[in-house]
Amino acid sequence: MLCEKCNKKSATVHLTQIVNNKKTEMHLCEECANKSSFISHTKSFGFEPEFSFQSFLSDLIGSDYVFSDKSAASCPKCGTSQRDIAKGNLLGCAKCYDTFKEQLLPVIKRIHGTTQHVGKVPEERTAGKTKLVKKLRDLKSLLKDAVSKEEFERAAKIRDEIKALEKKLGVV
Amino acid sequence: MGIKEIVNSTKIYWLTSDGPERDVVVSSRVRIARNLADIPFPGVMSDADAESIFHAVKLAVAKRNDIEFTWLRELSDAEREILMEKHLISPDLLENHEKKAVMLSEDETISIMLNEEDHLRIQSLLPGLQLERAWNLVNELDDLLEETLGYAFCEQLGYLTSCPTNVGTGLRASAMLHLPALNIINQINSIMSTVSKLRLAVRGLYGEGSEAKGNLYQVSNQITLGHTEEEILKNLNSVIKQIIDKERKARKALYEEQRYYLEDRVFRAYGTLKYARLLTSNESMNLISDVKLGANLKIIDVDPNVLNELMIITRPSYLTKYAGKKLDSHKRDILRAELVRSKLKNLN
Repeated sequence: MLCEKCNKKSATVHLTQIVNNKKTEMHLCEECANKSSFISHTKSFGFEPEFSFQSFLSDLIGSDYVFSDKSAASCPKCGTSQRDIAKGNLLGCAKCYDTFKEQLLPVIKRIHGTTQHVGKVPEERTAGKTKLVKKLRDLKSLLKDAVSKEEFERAAKIRDEIKALEKKLGVV
Repeated sequence: MGIKEIVNSTKIYWLTSDGPERDVVVSSRVRIARNLADIPFPGVMSDADAESIFHAVKLAVAKRNDIEFTWLRELSDAEREILMEKHLISPDLLENHEKKAVMLSEDETISIMLNEEDHLRIQSLLPGLQLERAWNLVNELDDLLEETLGYAFCEQLGYLTSCPTNVGTGLRASAMLHLPALNIINQINSIMSTVSKLRLAVRGLYGEGSEAKGNLYQVSNQITLGHTEEEILKNLNSVIKQIIDKERKARKALYEEQRYYLEDRVFRAYGTLKYARLLTSNESMNLISDVKLGANLKIIDVDPNVLNELMIITRPSYLTKYAGKKLDSHKRDILRAELVRSKLKNLN
């Protein structure tokens, strides 16, 4: 059987598709089948998965961005302007997040679906509490696990550990 | 091993060592973006800023004597490109490299790119599926850096980055998957659309134009804010496990139902690689992929790590480095075929 598309090579890929109860069959050669499969628009090397995402970002910001009189026209620290950001340029410094907060928050919400960080926090900000909080979270999931397996002795031990840790953290 | 030796070695830790789920997962990568609070981001910073970051970071990791630093300007063009093709630095780091620097650990498991899009990009690249271990290595180094560096961080948005797509955890985790069987049975598209609904991204690797060369795909998280690092990794890991399962099932089904077709394809690929006198980059990538599939299915006895190595040493920049001078594409095709032949000859 010859490939339906190129009519040159023999068909080695046999596809059956059922759409709305209608059955269609396709017989393709390897090459034509490959061509019809995966389409990626990227030409870059493929190191950073977010590259395509980023070019898309400038459109996102551009369309979303509202010039506002309320916030400064440019960042006092690095001089990055509202216009730069509207063009989809990268931010100039940490202060930019403050300066252009009003414009950036809706964009960030659109990208991530939220505007609240819940991950790692630098230790100095928490005076060593982060690790303890994390441990607390781990212990709580262990407790759940122990209870679900009806290992009550283990659960009691974990509960005591949690209590001690909560005391240390000042949580009531 | 110093950076120069790493450049010149064809042994690439993440590519030529064994790791979990290695039949499908080539490598796992985790990177985090960090910036210093008081210095403008790399896009607008001065030369003096770049210097001070270099020295601050160097000082911060002084305890780790397994780590070596170099400014990119101290390497040759070819050396820089090889670091990129080994995935130890990103293509971005090659552009305007004056202010940029790279740090590598001796065992190549961890690197820091300085003054790329962000002041620091800390990354770990490991063979097979080892996202958690990669994260632990990165996190550990981040803890050490944090002792002395004042990071740009805010309670609401987390770690602040040049681009708002990275804000929050600054974490991008990915795995490189070899999916030849899913490609043969035309399942890649449906997997891609399913995966993108889970806020993950899949893209072809080494692709030029419309195809994924060598059936290599990269799956990564798209969202960096609103989830903990552990949640992001767990989600990615479970999706990858499902893709692995689908690929293995597809391989098995193909082998059972189309045995001669598959064997023929594998041995033809092997024959071409073994005897061809001219090999283009695309052709060699696809042939290596076929032989890899054969090796995984035990149709043919070839060390998969040698095939991984071939994928790198047949890249244009490596050939340029090997020849010691710029080659036109015809000469590269000759050299590529020669190298492949000699590697495969050594096997028997």
